[in-house]
Amino acid sequence: MHPVLTLVVQRVALGLLLLLAVSAVIFLGVAALPGDTAQAILGQSATPQALANLRAEMGLDQPPLTRYFQWLGGVLTGDLGTSISNGTDIASAIGQRLGNTLFLAAWAAVISVPLAILLGLVAARYNGRWPDKLISGATLSAISLPEFVVGYLVLYFLAVKWQLFPSVAMVFPGMGMMDRLNAVILPVIVLVLVVLAHMMRMTRAAILNVMQSAYIETAELKGLSPMQVIWRHAFPNAIAPVVNVVMLNLAYLVVGVVVVEVVFVYPGMGQYLVDHVAKRDLPVVQAVGLIFAAVYIGLNILADVISILANPRLRHPK
Amino acid sequence: MRIPISALIGMVFTGAFFLAAIFAPLVAPYGMAEIVGGVWDPASSAHWFGTDAIGRDLLSRMIYGGQTTIFVASAATILSFTLGSVLGFSAAVAGGWVDQGLSRMVDLMMAIPSLILALVILSVLPVTLTVLIVVMGLLDATRVFRLARAVAVDITVMDYVEAARLRGEGWAWIIFREILPNALSPLVAELGLRFIFAVLFISTLSFLGLGVQPPLADWGGIVKENASGLVYGIPAALIPAFAIAALAISVNLVADWVLSRTTSLKGGRG
Amino acid sequence: MTDQLDRMIAAAKAGRMSRRDFVGRTTALGVSAGLASALFTKAAHAQPKKGGLIRMGMQGGESTNSLDPALAASPVPFAINMSWGEMLVNVGADGALQMRLAEEVSANSDATEWQFKIRQGVEFQNGKTVTAEDVVATLRRHTDEKSQSGALGIVQGISEMSASGDMVTLKLASGNADLPFLLADYHLVIQPNGGVDNPTEGVGAGPYKVVVHEPGIRHGFEKFANYWDPEIGHADQVEILVINDGTARTGALQSGQVHMINRVDPKIAELLKRAPGVQVKNVPSRGHYVFIMHCDKAPFDNNDLRMALKLSVNRQEMVDKILGGLGSIGNDFPINAGYPLFDDTIPQREFDPAAAADHYAKSGHDGSPIVLRVAAGAFPGAVEAAQLFQQSANAAGIPLEIQREPDDGYWSNVWNVEPFCASYWGGRPVQDQMYSTAYLSTADWNDTRFKNAKFDELLLAARAELNDETRKATYSEMARMVRDEGGLILPMFNDFVEAIRDEVQGWEEDPVHELMNGRAHVRCWLA
Repeated sequence: MHPVLTLVVQRVALGLLLLLAVSAVIFLGVAALPGDTAQAILGQSATPQALANLRAEMGLDQPPLTRYFQWLGGVLTGDLGTSISNGTDIASAIGQRLGNTLFLAAWAAVISVPLAILLGLVAARYNGRWPDKLISGATLSAISLPEFVVGYLVLYFLAVKWQLFPSVAMVFPGMGMMDRLNAVILPVIVLVLVVLAHMMRMTRAAILNVMQSAYIETAELKGLSPMQVIWRHAFPNAIAPVVNVVMLNLAYLVVGVVVVEVVFVYPGMGQYLVDHVAKRDLPVVQAVGLIFAAVYIGLNILADVISILANPRLRHPK
Repeated sequence: MRIPISALIGMVFTGAFFLAAIFAPLVAPYGMAEIVGGVWDPASSAHWFGTDAIGRDLLSRMIYGGQTTIFVASAATILSFTLGSVLGFSAAVAGGWVDQGLSRMVDLMMAIPSLILALVILSVLPVTLTVLIVVMGLLDATRVFRLARAVAVDITVMDYVEAARLRGEGWAWIIFREILPNALSPLVAELGLRFIFAVLFISTLSFLGLGVQPPLADWGGIVKENASGLVYGIPAALIPAFAIAALAISVNLVADWVLSRTTSLKGGRG
Repeated sequence: MTDQLDRMIAAAKAGRMSRRDFVGRTTALGVSAGLASALFTKAAHAQPKKGGLIRMGMQGGESTNSLDPALAASPVPFAINMSWGEMLVNVGADGALQMRLAEEVSANSDATEWQFKIRQGVEFQNGKTVTAEDVVATLRRHTDEKSQSGALGIVQGISEMSASGDMVTLKLASGNADLPFLLADYHLVIQPNGGVDNPTEGVGAGPYKVVVHEPGIRHGFEKFANYWDPEIGHADQVEILVINDGTARTGALQSGQVHMINRVDPKIAELLKRAPGVQVKNVPSRGHYVFIMHCDKAPFDNNDLRMALKLSVNRQEMVDKILGGLGSIGNDFPINAGYPLFDDTIPQREFDPAAAADHYAKSGHDGSPIVLRVAAGAFPGAVEAAQLFQQSANAAGIPLEIQREPDDGYWSNVWNVEPFCASYWGGRPVQDQMYSTAYLSTADWNDTRFKNAKFDELLLAARAELNDETRKATYSEMARMVRDEGGLILPMFNDFVEAIRDEVQGWEEDPVHELMNGRAHVRCWLA
């Protein structure tokens, strides 16, 4: 087998193993949480009889390890269980919200990744001069404001004051693509602002790092223009760290958007998870936690595989 | 050595924030919880920043809030650095199953989103300063671990480390005398960034209602207390938000300068 | 005078004037109060415009909500059920009973047997006709403990129920003159065959049919063509968007994405009023924000200590700062002028640090901090209110320590468990129900552990009493007992603070529940 293929297979296998371990941690960790699910569901206006009935119905009396293996078996066959608090099938409830989250993340990524890399290249090209300082300063400010403040400021100016875009990012099935895009503009703007800085700074740092290599000097002496040097020689060699940080941010777009979802009332996974943590709806928390972990691990595997493939030394072994 | 102007500005502001935090009781014109006016009184000579949602002097609350924010963020950062770098160096030096074990455990922790992990943990535990610091420190230690290990792996193959090993030096010697001095500058740059993320993280936690106990408040908590006035331009909501940004930018400017003197890479948000 | 009256009628038509304002100002012109009220109703109800889409942005919906009316516990499910469901009777804005699916109500002389005549020819949305059997099946389902109904406590008192023809007969174990008011409870939506077959079907006899049900996100409805009552249900379509974040909610209203919102933060009410195209409505309610002490646990088992804490609350400051002035001060018993048979001669308790210090000294408390538990979700502004309390108690030399608890699990781990915490009570239609729920010695929700045999006796006596004067005197005596001996610190009654856009017409004050008793979208129309 080609050594690269071996490496890739190894990495994927390791990722799957990690996912299995995470599933156990999530399931057992969540199951160990204290608190009374029944009271949380029925709220302050529940009668003791109603509470007793609900507790009995939920049957949480089996040992946790048994329940873990039952749950795992279900997950492998696509059955994420039933929500305790409203009796709906979790897989179908999550399906739509996961779609929404991915839709939002995808648009934020489509805009932010090329923009970040481009800005990073420009900043590296003009290292220490005014374009670099301008870009670095602007992204620094964006990264330094807490997300909810960025969210509220965007909401106030673009939706309330100038009324350019809707303040509530409501999307639902059967909505046209243009309506959908219009609805998610504000959260996409906030997310782009949040992740842009980190990716751009990383790209810039990685390129500057490579620029100190001997082969760059050779290329410069060859008479290539600075942008050509960066694009043809420096960037390909900076791919590995850039891919890593891009993946980290993509994962953040999927799993870390709770705050943005709250501010713009976006029906995604984060909001769904927070609601169900509050209701102690354990099967949902477990299912969402597992999906988030799977997304994170999957993107990490992807980043590793791309880094392996992008590394000429590994691609063409001696 | 010439310090660039931006780094100088960063140092001055960072210093000012830290000094105000340390000497809060001397600097603040009023008590932290003292009610001295009406709801959201505008700025005046008696209250430079006006008053907050229940009539407390905003300037005083900002100063005490800075104390909380900076203390929690510093303590969490120190914890995460001590833990993360010692374990990271150990993993790199020891190699083998120790390295594998620690690395996989960190992978495991990192695979669960930290904000959500923190939400779940803090919704169960009583929220005290200690719990807050430990939770934030542990979550962040995973990222420091990765960086420290990566840096140390590069250093362990150097001749001088090999020489120290052959001399028969112990782990502690190798870690603290050989690796640490050579790994210091990327770690210091990372320290600045981790500190900022700690500030933003505690602000977000407070915003979601899981911060320190009232009447104590950190800056994120002050934003939350006054958040409903944010979109109406009420200063009590904007000033703490910009204070968070100002602190983050100042520390970032210093960290940038440290980083520009090294070529190592930084870890991420999230 | 007619000019002024005309102008006011025009204002009332446009929804710019509340009933309270209208009656107040027109009576100042010499119009009788009764006539003024009638004029207002006529003006406010002038030519409702049919059609259009009304959208409400609401706080209080979760992705865990279901369409089973028995399980409704928060504002969004409440409003949803009022869209597709119809009740036996309603409690009107004026506190009087309104006939809905019941056409007539009658009782025997000791109020132990009640008869409801069911309106004929009313259709459910599935085409079935509403019968007396459906009504009985509904009530029976709620008496079944398996239904987990929030109305279980209400229907439990019914010992026998039967249907014959168009009559429903209910027999009670002991007389209760308030029964019809209790049956207006929002859980008791009449469902075909009581909803036994499929409680979450969402089919009822209300003005709108469920089209979209995405819990925690949005709920869509369209007009039910065969709805029986032409007076309500003006819009063709109604949509409820769940917007739990307060800033996002006001943002959606100001940008015109929704027509009405609930729960405006009182602090920004003044600021919001200045926004173009938006009106803020505040309606006095029976809901109250409270701090509760367990009368049977140290140190709160000492009445001097309880009195010291009651006297050390600055009530007016709380109303001003926590409610933005949109509310009224409380007097440490859970009844206000919104209730029938309220005694307004009971003296108001004031903030008195000196007297509080005296009582505190007399209590002999050791001076260790008294821990007050609170969560942001206990009531809006609860954490801030606790901090005000801490400061005013300090002024009386009482050391109060605030312990903020997570919202998550507050109602199961803190409320009704810890001896001193913040809480919230919504109102009840009648005094009897309020006291029976939380102040009777044996009540499950006696969250102040107030156990007083004399009080219990008076409560039962008042329930059977048919003479209003005697009843009022008894209630007054009970109120004084709770006020002076109980574990309730009640600094304020909150208003419902809501906001609507100018194009919304037909808005009326309704003190029973927020958003016009959960029916704003059904009773209003768009200009």
